[in-house]
Amino acid sequence: MSILKMSNIQKSFGDNHVLKDISLHVDKGEVVSIIGPSGSGKSTLLRCATFLETIDAGTISYDDRNAAEMKNGKIAYVKNLNDFRHVFGLVFQNFNLFPHFSVLKNMMDAPVSVLKRDKNEVREECLTLLRKMGLEDKADSYPCELSGGQQQRVSIVRALAMNPEILFFDEPTSALDPELTGEVLKVIKQLAEEKMTMVIVTHEMAFARAVSDRVIFMDKGVIVEEGHPEEVFGNTRSERMKQFLQNYNKD
Amino acid sequence: MTLMTIITKMAEGFEKTCAIFFLTLLFAIPLGMIIALLRGSKFKPFSGFAKVYISVLRGTPLMLQLIAVTYGPYYLFGISVSRNKLIPVVVAFAINYAAYFAEIYRSGIESMPVGQYEAAQVLGYSRAQTFFKIILPQVIRRILPSITNEIVTLVKDTSLAFTVSYQEMFTIGKQIANSQTSFVPFIVAGAFYYVFNVLVSFVMGRVEKRMSYYKI
Repeated sequence: MSILKMSNIQKSFGDNHVLKDISLHVDKGEVVSIIGPSGSGKSTLLRCATFLETIDAGTISYDDRNAAEMKNGKIAYVKNLNDFRHVFGLVFQNFNLFPHFSVLKNMMDAPVSVLKRDKNEVREECLTLLRKMGLEDKADSYPCELSGGQQQRVSIVRALAMNPEILFFDEPTSALDPELTGEVLKVIKQLAEEKMTMVIVTHEMAFARAVSDRVIFMDKGVIVEEGHPEEVFGNTRSERMKQFLQNYNKD
Repeated sequence: MTLMTIITKMAEGFEKTCAIFFLTLLFAIPLGMIIALLRGSKFKPFSGFAKVYISVLRGTPLMLQLIAVTYGPYYLFGISVSRNKLIPVVVAFAINYAAYFAEIYRSGIESMPVGQYEAAQVLGYSRAQTFFKIILPQVIRRILPSITNEIVTLVKDTSLAFTVSYQEMFTIGKQIANSQTSFVPFIVAGAFYYVFNVLVSFVMGRVEKRMSYYKI
């Protein structure tokens, strides 16, 4: 069963056609990595999936319910998008933690004040999550007291605290130095082993190859190549992706 | 007149000075927020109104606004000037200071990174929740030094109420100075304002310190 289905997505910023007729589906338990050069539309695709950008044309559905579809040749979003928002979580490149909230409050506030769940129950769940991530001693810390890697792990658990069915990552390690990158990738890997459904936009090729069930290579607003990581990396068909990977291996 | 009587008489007026000060803050702080939100509205008539409001109230002297609010109703509609001038004085101060507060709020709101809004949106916060829980507390933290500046200015500006002969501390001081041909009341007034502002700075410093448990 597909959790996310995006069909024929188009998105332009002025004259710049960022997404040209992109279709993507993600099944339950699947880990999909999206790679590609800067400006290829990877992040925009995630931002469209999470309603941070509105699409110009196409269909977005979660659990076979349409959130956006074409009506009389125009895009139409459902009225209450918040019904869909608890289905997914998003981890940002620059964390976007709430600096005035402690780590625990960052995690607890949305489940309590958005989902109206019981405070004590949420607290127990959040503390369990923090323990799992080795962050239990940081519950009362503020984001500014944490390293970049710790902040990103907190933003991952903040997303997990909403119990999403699918988790999106928008270049989760691009703001981190190589040493801190490792601790964040370890967490994502752990989630993959637990069969969390994830879509990861990343520049970490080795990681994408190791952790994904499916890799998507995007360039200039279209999907150029898609398939099992061994196939896509080991037996690259398109010239564009070969060229991209070559440039990558140079550094 | 002894120094002690001067001080006692002026201290009686100081009560009214405090009334202007606290009532102005009470009304100008929320009114400024409303103006700032209108200013940022995508609905053109709202933002247009707020722009004109700020432009006029910042662009004309507070002294003139005091006179206009106090005596305007009489000249325009023949309504007699009320005995209690506290109401027009506070109205004039509040609408004037709201314009300045609105611009300070706007600077704070516009300095917020868009990522804070996006994180809140993805987590499903409503617009009101986003504003009151996520944005406003951080904005207050950011604008507190500018707010302190305005409050200190307000303490001194209360003396402008003498233009409509409202019997606050400075007005009384001026009357004593005239009748006694003495400079002492002005020195006393200066001391009152200075001590008041030292107190204001101390309190605001404490508030700032309490809010600086996190880095922006």
